Amino acid sequence: MTSGSSGANSGGGANGGGTGFFTSVADTAERLAATGYLASTAVATTVFLADRLGKPLLVEGPAGVGKTELAKAVAELGAARLVRLQCYEGIDEARALYEWNHAKQLLRITAGRDEGWDQARGDIFGEEFLLTRPLLTAIRGEEPTVLLIDEMDKADVEVEALLLEVLSDFQVTVPELGTITASRRPFVLLTSNATRELSEALRRRCLFLHLDYPDAELERRIVRLKVPGLDDTLAASLVRVVGALRALELRKAPSVAETIDWARTLLALGADTLDDAVVRDTLGVILKHQDDIRKAAQKLTLA
Amino acid sequence: MSGTPATPGIPAAPAPADTAARLTGLVRALRGHGLRIGPAETVDAAAVLDVLGLTDREQMRAGLAAALLRSEGQRPVFDASFDLFFPLGIGTPEAVRNSPPPVPDDPEPPRFGRPDPLRDQLRERLAAALAADDRAAQARLAGEVVEAFGRYGTGGTPGSDGWSAHQALGRLAPETLLARILAALRQQGADDLSDRVLADEIRRRIRDFRSLVSGEARRRVAELRGAERIAERAVAPTADRIDFLAAGRDQLAELRRTVHPLARKLATRLAARRRRAARGRIDLRRTLRRSLGTGGVPLRPAYRLRRPARPELVLLCDVSGSVAGFADFTMLLVRAMSEQFSKVRAFAFVNRTAEVTDLLRRGQDDPARLAARILAEAEVMGYHGNSDYGSALGDFADHHLDAVGPRTCVLVLGDARNNHRDPNPEALRRIAARARRVFWLNPEHPGLWGTGDSAAPAYADVVEMHDCRNARRLGELIARLLPV
Repeated sequence: MTSGSSGANSGGGANGGGTGFFTSVADTAERLAATGYLASTAVATTVFLADRLGKPLLVEGPAGVGKTELAKAVAELGAARLVRLQCYEGIDEARALYEWNHAKQLLRITAGRDEGWDQARGDIFGEEFLLTRPLLTAIRGEEPTVLLIDEMDKADVEVEALLLEVLSDFQVTVPELGTITASRRPFVLLTSNATRELSEALRRRCLFLHLDYPDAELERRIVRLKVPGLDDTLAASLVRVVGALRALELRKAPSVAETIDWARTLLALGADTLDDAVVRDTLGVILKHQDDIRKAAQKLTLA
Repeated sequence: MSGTPATPGIPAAPAPADTAARLTGLVRALRGHGLRIGPAETVDAAAVLDVLGLTDREQMRAGLAAALLRSEGQRPVFDASFDLFFPLGIGTPEAVRNSPPPVPDDPEPPRFGRPDPLRDQLRERLAAALAADDRAAQARLAGEVVEAFGRYGTGGTPGSDGWSAHQALGRLAPETLLARILAALRQQGADDLSDRVLADEIRRRIRDFRSLVSGEARRRVAELRGAERIAERAVAPTADRIDFLAAGRDQLAELRRTVHPLARKLATRLAARRRRAARGRIDLRRTLRRSLGTGGVPLRPAYRLRRPARPELVLLCDVSGSVAGFADFTMLLVRAMSEQFSKVRAFAFVNRTAEVTDLLRRGQDDPARLAARILAEAEVMGYHGNSDYGSALGDFADHHLDAVGPRTCVLVLGDARNNHRDPNPEALRRIAARARRVFWLNPEHPGLWGTGDSAAPAYADVVEMHDCRNARRLGELIARLLPV
């Protein structure tokens, strides 16, 4: 449990410090596509590097561009276990790292009434009484693991400090047990919506990827993949309209997920072209604020 | 350009021998633009190049960005610098060299009205490439255009020649192709709703082409003058370091896009300060009284409690032409942070003062036109249109002083250029006497305060004056100065 790869060198070996899911950038793009995740060059390159260099990957970007999906796709293609830590305001060590099972410790002490203090103390701080939380679980696994730390920006600043040891050395220190080092490095992916600034210390330990709205060509392919029944030309003009709406200064720009929702809606309605009536009725699918809908209708000069 | 592997003909990258030098050069250039990159990141970047190899330029770009960048705002600076230190090729682009455009015989641009066959031919091909959204053809055309039209100062003294994107684009005038491309595309396409956004799309493509030409010209100049110098001078700064007074229309638009991210960032910092402040200091009197119960040993310290009152903010902004961009940006920023304050009121002036809080609230929907609407709808000018700080401050002190109270923090925004009128510091003193704090944010360099018609020293005697030349500095000041 405390052996593990020493890390630092990033040689050419398939597993030299990295997680070893991929062999090249092209391979990364191909296999991601096979799981239904169409990646741009930048995404494929960065994921490949995170895998090869064994560094955590910090993915930032607007909501609904597929940050969490990326982690799921990597887990699926690597046949890896996905460990997910969902961050929220007030999350702490006991929820993220580990916790001692107090109830069980008390039971153990009551059960062994006659033994000496030294023996009891040695016993109750053992593996058996440790409740592992996501971070420790990901570190201790023997099988390939993808650790997803979701919405990092929602957690308090103090939690970031907690993560530093895990992210730079892939180890967790439990005072009573010693340091537990990963025997097999997990593929770590952090996501953030940038609602708050993450600390420099955390950013420095990660590779950075800004996941933005895809370009028209890629988005069209995504729509075609997710909504196969939709007519080609309709998909193309739908993507163009969404692209134009993103260029407006809206309160909430439509995300990829909303593009797909819109495509599904149009398919369900049986529309074959984008005309005024259809768009006016379905604009609510992609825009979630009344102001935005008004502005978009003006832009598209809907009657 | 995006995603296509380098064409075999063009050397995608320099020889490995000087890769390390190029990488450190790139890192130095980025540091010069205010990016904080440590040696550890540089080593990571080198490891990235080691893993990826030097065969695919777009992969190298993505890989280095992942290792060196920390936020999306740094991306434009990175892209431009990357193109300089890892150029696509050397000299005339290979594709252009193979079939060179006819170089004009006389270097003088043809006068208006005379036929210019080369220009017409390039415009023809550009129109086709833009209509088809063919990136490869556009990149090639950018090379040709710079080659044909961008050269200046040939054969003169060394250092006086170069390549100019401005000259090349002026001759080509790609904007004037819009109507033509639109007409051509409309003819072949059926009427569809998405055609209504066509004009915007074409405009975006033309803008992209312009930046291709700029990048190409920068690359050619960098060969003459050295990449370091060009990276320092010719690469546009990140949005938060754009000088308020020197910003053009596009840069102001770019600044406005950073309003909300910056507001969020500042809100986090203010909240952190507030949390720390809420713990308060030890209340000695109450601690001593409590310690009586434990025989004089202060076991349970008592803290001074703070009232959780958020400060009120009053903005007093010069909206005259010279500093409008600064006032505009600051008002939007403060408005976006309004939940951090119990009340925000904004006043604008040129030589008379009027309240614009409502205009600001409505202006959120259309921030680009906020400044124009303030000038049109609020009574900020008297009989003339020149700034007069003295009478504007007097106006505020006479008519709006009830907006200022003991919990109010007043921010005065302006360059204090008073057109040689009476500065009237007495009015500012009256405001300062009522307010909790008054800060003056001046978008000019401190070295210029007091020169010409600037009344900055007179006001700096009365209230704290800080220089605030770009968004980064504004963020620092707001996070540090405002009471929480």
